[in-house]
Amino acid sequence: MSPGLAVHRLDATDLERLFHILAGEGYSVIGPMVREGTVIYDRIASSRDLPIGWADEQTNGSYRLVKTDSPGFFGFSSIAQSWKKFLVPPSQRLFRSQRQNGTFEIIREENVPERLAFLGVRPCDLRAIAILDTVHLNGPVVDPDYRARRNHALIIAVNCTKAGNTCFCASMGSGPEAGAGFDLCLTELLRDGDHCFLVESGSPKGDMVVESLALSEATPEDRSAGREAVRKAAQSMGRALQTDGLAELLAASLSHRRWDEIGRRCLACANCTMVCPTCFCTTVEDGTDLTGTIAWRTKLWDSCFTSEFSYIHGGSVRQGITARYRQWMTHKLSSWVEQFGTFGCVGCGRCITWCPVGIDLTEEAAIFREQTSLHA
Amino acid sequence: MEPAPDVVAIATVPPMNPVPCRIARSGDETGDTFTLELEPPSESGFSFRPGQFNMIYVHGVGEVPISISGDPHRTDSIVHTTRMVGLVTWGMKKHRRGDFLGIRGPYGTAWPMDVAEGNDVVIVAGGIGLAPLRPAIYDILARRDRFGKLVLLYGTRGPSDILYVRQLEEWRARFDFDVHVTVDRAIGPWKGNVGVVTTLIPKVRVDPENTIAMVCGPEVMMRFVAMDLLKLGIPEEKIFVSMERNMKCGIGLCGHCQFGPHFVCRDGPVFSYAAVRRLLGIREI
Amino acid sequence: METLQPVLAAHPFFQNLEPEYLSLITGCASNVKFDAGTYLFREGEEAHHFYLIRQGKVGLEIFIPELGPVTVQTAGEGELVGWSWLVPPYEWHFDGQALELTRAIALDAKCLRSKCEEDHDLGYQLLKRFISILEQRLQATRLQLLDLYGTRT
Repeated sequence: MSPGLAVHRLDATDLERLFHILAGEGYSVIGPMVREGTVIYDRIASSRDLPIGWADEQTNGSYRLVKTDSPGFFGFSSIAQSWKKFLVPPSQRLFRSQRQNGTFEIIREENVPERLAFLGVRPCDLRAIAILDTVHLNGPVVDPDYRARRNHALIIAVNCTKAGNTCFCASMGSGPEAGAGFDLCLTELLRDGDHCFLVESGSPKGDMVVESLALSEATPEDRSAGREAVRKAAQSMGRALQTDGLAELLAASLSHRRWDEIGRRCLACANCTMVCPTCFCTTVEDGTDLTGTIAWRTKLWDSCFTSEFSYIHGGSVRQGITARYRQWMTHKLSSWVEQFGTFGCVGCGRCITWCPVGIDLTEEAAIFREQTSLHA
Repeated sequence: MEPAPDVVAIATVPPMNPVPCRIARSGDETGDTFTLELEPPSESGFSFRPGQFNMIYVHGVGEVPISISGDPHRTDSIVHTTRMVGLVTWGMKKHRRGDFLGIRGPYGTAWPMDVAEGNDVVIVAGGIGLAPLRPAIYDILARRDRFGKLVLLYGTRGPSDILYVRQLEEWRARFDFDVHVTVDRAIGPWKGNVGVVTTLIPKVRVDPENTIAMVCGPEVMMRFVAMDLLKLGIPEEKIFVSMERNMKCGIGLCGHCQFGPHFVCRDGPVFSYAAVRRLLGIREI
Repeated sequence: METLQPVLAAHPFFQNLEPEYLSLITGCASNVKFDAGTYLFREGEEAHHFYLIRQGKVGLEIFIPELGPVTVQTAGEGELVGWSWLVPPYEWHFDGQALELTRAIALDAKCLRSKCEEDHDLGYQLLKRFISILEQRLQATRLQLLDLYGTRT
């Protein structure tokens, strides 16, 4: 919460009004909800759909939801999903192609995105969206589908007042307080019967919502409680990743023996790439109808862990799992810096939680650092 | 003659949608290698820089990156020489004059033609690697007085696998172009060199400090050729190679073509040996 | 009569060899010429010489029953053909054919072998140079084996 920016106060009982205003502006709200023993992001119609009272216990290779009797809406940490599924859909048709008169015609897909309000974007995920923006919007070629979806999205961030066991956003500078890029930012406060949200706007779109909500200003006590809650979260991170010189260190360790040891554990299941909020690799699939007249091309999520990912005539460049794990981790924590100017990792900890064999890249990075300095 | 015209790309909106282009000519080269010449889709023509590639789409089958192997001074034709190695290239081979293929491009970095001006130029090609180098040769021959000595070393599997035979003979007949061809082995009558292309390198007589080398072929071949060129005294920042990796988009968004931190579709396919020397020595990168 | 010593000295194989060794070797050297299409040696024959090519090209061939003669290597100007004379039973392993008019210096195997036995320093100088050639040949042969331009399935 920047000292100069206006901070407002929304009582928890009034959270429903936010939904009304968003609906009035034509937004469908996507937010967290509990389904089948986990929290997912899906359409929610009201604040009652939020995971009220739910918290989670996470560690390497383990995720459990825990019900508490707290009235808090956002008492849980990173969930398996991330917002990338709404910006880079897991499956998207790019075009259809129709054969006619000896040639073929490409028929554009008019993908008009819906206006979506992302409710509950954690600071790590907010940074991840900024990273996806850099990849898809700041390169020599802009992805027009991404741009359209991004422009139709309203981002309502939620600061973290509790750190998860696998979280390390503080190390990555991406949390637990939301950085730039939100339209609105909420901080949930639960103090002895006073349940409210601090609300900040980060954009004209956000200003409009704050105005429509007609909120009162937060008191200095409210603001200081918010700062304190976020500070406590920053100090209780479950993990840490030391980032100085990490990109160079990993780039110099490509032939290190440690990769083989990780490779022996890794199953190449690709969970990490699916849950990671910044992994952006995709593939294309071409198909036709039975006559071959109509063809189409679909863009799908892909993972560098698959055996065909690096296939060129005759075989794959990265045949072994060791090489594929090395590609993923060095891309995330080293090459990304050269490619896009930041690390690809935001410290959300999902890859640690969702790895079936519990590989922890913060632990691996520390090992590489220690073993490299031993030889320095 | 002036340098080749600036790139005139095929306008693709959105960037993943190919544009149908008509095949004007198609012909077999050797074995499973063939060449297609396509017409640009519009009046503005098509122009590229030597070393660049297009993504070629076969309706309903898929897309592959193929180097452009035509004359960069011509804007009326899109030329591709390729081998049949998979479904898409097999689909391409079945297409005949009058059929259509989808094109997106040109993409990628180019051979360092402007840096090469004023230098001796050594071109080393292995197998189908001659195809992405042919545009560089055309460019140099069109502006021959801007360059010093010009040497081509070309190695391939056997005499029946020699690509662009008639052109090689024409080039060899010139007084300002040293052309040396070798084959890995020769069955039957062949009076030319037999041995891998690195065996031709000691024959090269250039001023090594002022030489640009352009190398294209299988990765193993490029590694050994680059090492031998270094032994000749050509500095590593003046040796250039053309890398190849799996590509699904060609525009730096799908992630498949990464080679260390480099996107081969965008930071390559042409790289200076200095930039990739270390990566070339690491397995499965 | 002009000796072959300056000719030998000019050949890359004998670069930097001391003149006293060069003159020893010259005693075993003679000038030879092969017309295009003639065979310098055949597989299985005793290796009486090795050759330093001054001009032209020699192809090393193996005859394969269904395929006929297969050329596995050529040696041209400035290059060397033959090391079987160094290793018992001193027999050629390949056929060697002059692919074009070829002029070479033939070095007599028995003459050189006995001089090397007498003067081990001379032997060492020659062997050093042969090892270097063999290393290059082996490296090149290994690359040939990879059949890099073949179609991978």
